Amino acid sequence: MTLKWREMASGLVVPIVLIAIWQGATSMDWVNPQVLPSPWAVLKKWLEYASPMTPYDAAAGSWWAWALSGELLRDTMGTMYRVMVGFVVGAGLALPLGLVMGSSARVYAWFNPLLQVLRPIPPIAYIPLSILWFGLGNPPAIFLISIGAFFPVLMNTIAGVHHVDNIYIRAARNLGASQSTMFLRVMLPAAVPYILSGVRIGIGTAFIVVIVSEMIAVNNGLGFRILEAREYFWSDKIIAGMISIGILGLVIDVAMNQLNKYLLRWHRGLDN
Amino acid sequence: MVTNLSSHIKISSVNKVFNTADKEVIALHDINLDIPEGQFVCLLGPSGCGKSTLLNAIAGFALPSSGTIIANGEEVKEPGPDRGMVFQEYALFPWMTVEKNISFGLEIKGFKKTDIEQRVSHLLQMLGLSEFRLRYPKDLSGGMRQRVAIARVLALDSPIMLMDEPFGALDALTRRNLQDELLRIWSELKKTIIFVTHSIEEAIYMADRVIVMTYRPGTVKKDILIDLPRLRDPSAIAFNALKRELGQLVMEEQQRHHNEELKLAVVD
Repeated sequence: MTLKWREMASGLVVPIVLIAIWQGATSMDWVNPQVLPSPWAVLKKWLEYASPMTPYDAAAGSWWAWALSGELLRDTMGTMYRVMVGFVVGAGLALPLGLVMGSSARVYAWFNPLLQVLRPIPPIAYIPLSILWFGLGNPPAIFLISIGAFFPVLMNTIAGVHHVDNIYIRAARNLGASQSTMFLRVMLPAAVPYILSGVRIGIGTAFIVVIVSEMIAVNNGLGFRILEAREYFWSDKIIAGMISIGILGLVIDVAMNQLNKYLLRWHRGLDN
Repeated sequence: MVTNLSSHIKISSVNKVFNTADKEVIALHDINLDIPEGQFVCLLGPSGCGKSTLLNAIAGFALPSSGTIIANGEEVKEPGPDRGMVFQEYALFPWMTVEKNISFGLEIKGFKKTDIEQRVSHLLQMLGLSEFRLRYPKDLSGGMRQRVAIARVLALDSPIMLMDEPFGALDALTRRNLQDELLRIWSELKKTIIFVTHSIEEAIYMADRVIVMTYRPGTVKKDILIDLPRLRDPSAIAFNALKRELGQLVMEEQQRHHNEELKLAVVD
């Protein structure tokens, strides 16, 4: 335990030194504050960004609603909403298709050539089409995010099913498993380690795509906000927004890690 | 369904040919065996003698190229829970707890929940696994895993148990321990067991009947009854006489295997 604290403390040294240099450089006027604001200014802006924009008014709504009405929180919720919906749509289509493609050579042969052509197209390249098809707002963003999540989950699900050890299939057949039991209780769980690593990559891609799509097609969200800040030359807000994006990404990653640990508690490779 | 009491498993003129890229391998040639109910049979031979091929044919994983296998009064066409298999690699489902591994077959059969619970806890007790009920296979030693695999097959109450070098990966002490346990279970439940091994001592220690197989093509070289009383003493004179006799037969086949490999190496 003491070791852990010491490790964490030693991990703080480099950031603290960097922030100190940064603060020093700005207080000595070595850099234009328009280009690089001081860490202190960024922190102040971040707090302002996170706090409610109007004073508390009991008549307008509950205290909680007021406390959460800050711009940062609304942006974060908007971004998270798009990531979640887009991911659920993309992964929700990829998972069953991947399971079927993985287990049926015929279905694989039907879909694989098309997918191999579509897969290398970066989700961002779908932006023009998505705006033509869906206009502005959430729909094109969700469309793009779901494309970003779709391929990693699909590819890993196929690989997961292909890599199911034949010994499990034999054992299940020996126990008299029907086709559906084999699918749901043997092949699917055996493929879960692969599927989860696909999910992780898919969430990562979705997170990249959500920021880009907010910059282009949406009027709120963290990606929109930092681009908007640039138009007003609010470099402190740009950096505050970027830090918020970083923290949100970290939270998503930690949550995914916990989910992984729980779902793969039976798995050999994850014993630490 | 006709149940033939005198032969629980009847293997008639079974041949198995594998076609590889450049040649045909005759894995089994004209195998004829009658195995009565409750007999403990060991298939013994060097690797490549077709003993696992024969076991897989009885299990229904790879059917013979010709000939028939009748088990439990029906011709073997596919794998089924009436011929439970214990694999050398355990083949436990790693995502299921010990308990779930054992109950899986019963769930497939559509047993009632209370019946499953009762049966599983009985088996856990029988194999000394009660403490490990909620563990995952990754947390068990090889010996414990093989106990679970045996319990999984016993849960189905299949009259025939097929065992493919089940204790091959275990250390000598664990192995002896499980051998004794299996003998105890067998004498209690009276199952027909076909047990593949390449250990001469294991075959003599366990079996009512040892079938020595030849290296390619796999045929029955010797079919011998072991009538030593159990538990057998591997250091007894009669045990050692058998060991010498069977050891010679197996080594002849091992030598053929070796020569064959040398020949292939020269051709290459």
